[in-house]
Amino acid sequence: MRSTKAPALWSRLGTVAAAALLMAATACGSTTNSGGPTAKEPPTAKIAPPASIGAGEGQLNLVLWDGYADKSWVDPFTAATGCKVNQKPAGSSDEMVSLMKDGGAGQWDMVSASGDADLRLIYGGDVKPMNTSLIPDFNNFQTYFKAPPYNTILGVHYGISLQWGPNTLLYSTKKFPQAPTSWSVIYDPANKGLVTVPDNPIQIADAALYLSKTQPNLGIKDPYELTQKQFDASVALLKQQRPLIKKYWALATDEITLFQNGDVTVGAAWPFQTIQLKAAGAAVADTIPTEGATGWADTWMLATKATHPNCAYLWTKWVSTPKVQAMQALSFGETPVNTKACAEMETLQAGSCAQYHADAPGTYFNTVKFWKTPIATCDDGTDTCVAYKDWQAAWTTITA
Amino acid sequence: MAVTSAGRLRKNRGAAPLQALLWRWPWVRPALLLIPPLAWFVLVYLTSLVLLLVTAFWTIDTFTTQIVQVWNLDNFRIILTEPAYRLIIGRTVGIAALVTLTDAVLAFPFAYYMAKVASRRTQTVLFAAVLLPLWASYLARVYAWILILNHSGLLNWSLQSIGLPPANIGYTNTAMWLVFSYIWLPFMIIPTYAALERVPDSLLEAAADLGARRWRAVLDVVLPLAMPGVVAGSIFTFSLTLGDYITPILVGGAGSSFIGNVVYSNIGIANNVPFAAALAMVPVAIMTVYLLGAKRLGAFEAL
Repeated sequence: MRSTKAPALWSRLGTVAAAALLMAATACGSTTNSGGPTAKEPPTAKIAPPASIGAGEGQLNLVLWDGYADKSWVDPFTAATGCKVNQKPAGSSDEMVSLMKDGGAGQWDMVSASGDADLRLIYGGDVKPMNTSLIPDFNNFQTYFKAPPYNTILGVHYGISLQWGPNTLLYSTKKFPQAPTSWSVIYDPANKGLVTVPDNPIQIADAALYLSKTQPNLGIKDPYELTQKQFDASVALLKQQRPLIKKYWALATDEITLFQNGDVTVGAAWPFQTIQLKAAGAAVADTIPTEGATGWADTWMLATKATHPNCAYLWTKWVSTPKVQAMQALSFGETPVNTKACAEMETLQAGSCAQYHADAPGTYFNTVKFWKTPIATCDDGTDTCVAYKDWQAAWTTITA
Repeated sequence: MAVTSAGRLRKNRGAAPLQALLWRWPWVRPALLLIPPLAWFVLVYLTSLVLLLVTAFWTIDTFTTQIVQVWNLDNFRIILTEPAYRLIIGRTVGIAALVTLTDAVLAFPFAYYMAKVASRRTQTVLFAAVLLPLWASYLARVYAWILILNHSGLLNWSLQSIGLPPANIGYTNTAMWLVFSYIWLPFMIIPTYAALERVPDSLLEAAADLGARRWRAVLDVVLPLAMPGVVAGSIFTFSLTLGDYITPILVGGAGSSFIGNVVYSNIGIANNVPFAAALAMVPVAIMTVYLLGAKRLGAFEAL
């Protein structure tokens, strides 16, 4: 199970590891925020979604993360709807965006895009609005995921939320009998040589999130939209952290090994690692510190030129049901957006609902800052923010 | 009569042209033989290198991440001026040199024993022993080293059971040096062995007759003659270490990035192909210099 999961989780690194948003300067402005009154209207906004789901077309072509259409829930779907599912796993958000160019070009029907690719797809006109009332389970979604800023613009839904995961603080309970309440433990010289964080430029956002609370005078509001000054402060913090790092981990399984062997005692992780380590009997726990955490979230989006829209809606309806949500969550190591999935998760694996924070209250989502690709255009419309290319370059100088 | 002779004439004319052609232009034969491999070399190998070189002089648009085809030296300027890249290049070359030196020192006595001392039977056994690790996957061998070197691994367990303090070399550059030296050792032993075997025993006997002790003969007679083999082996150990990026990911710690790791993250993560191309030219340049040096030391005659 673990070996099948690890590559899928690894590709997750590619999710965030996408390059700067591919959108025209005019399309940006303040669109990156929650679609407030200043957001610009995407090109497909006026395409009216269908009012009902017709008969399936017999085929469905999906661009997705490896493991997002597992046999265990695809086979029953095909049996029930007659829609044969063809999969094209993508290695990164960039690949997803390039596959979906020209509205999927009639070749692809849907994409399981992550937060950092969503706006590129929406403003590229590659995906079109979806009718949430055709998805009965939509009403059971966590409130936050009904209209998150990365897939809903000016009240129009460009997809249906699927799954998400937080980036948590993982620690050894032997070293920390009391749960740490702050990310400061991974910046504390007392833990020299005992810290591990992901080998990923988006880690700069984690530093920015920490600074937004500890150094309010920097004025960091959004950890993905940093001015040069805010960016430099975050990079400086990570350079200070560098001597404390035992290893920057690339694979989820690497971090598990590090904790298992006692090479590290604290680090940034996903719930997946905590669960695997606990299952292996390691004395660890995870927490979301008071500063909050970063996280990632995926959305099923409908291609503008989809040739099998009915199968696409049938599929979205199917993967939104509590049972499939629970199966996918446990198979991939992530959290369902459907609150009803909690009970199903418990049936499949007792205690998993709480482990994955699937029972989190709505306030929990105020503490999670979901990934989006940094672009040069800040929220106020000026081009003074640091773009992803520079994040990557800075990350090299930090980890060198 | 006339008909048959004309027929035969025609027939001969049909079979002859190719042979006649080859006879008239003798260079056609080797040309026909060489064109397929040469075409492969030029099209696939050189073309990709040239494309790499050309791309290195372009940049990407920060906003769209599309390649901007404007000639400039920005990528090279960054590589030369940014201390982080100099550090990474220095580390890569330094560890590659250290690994090469370590392997040469380890391989020489081993190869000497194999070539000059061991019996035929022992020689075969040793040869198999040298090649045996190559049967196992590279990854499996690197992971085995992780198990040995980590905090609660075999090394620390052994040290503690004989009352010594634990050595924390897991996930450090020391670990990388150890693992690289282990992994590339066969590539040093085999050319060294081949070179040593070519040294005639009569030369050692002559040295002994002239009063040289054994170590003196090894130093003054065998070593200079085997040197091209050692240099040939060093081409392998040096270039393989220089281009590796998997071992740094697996056994390296914080601050273990190699040139390959930075190339990888620029292509796979940042989509900055021009910069990756520019950085990839660095090992190409280093290897060019290295191979020219190796040629002067006669390594290519030893291969």
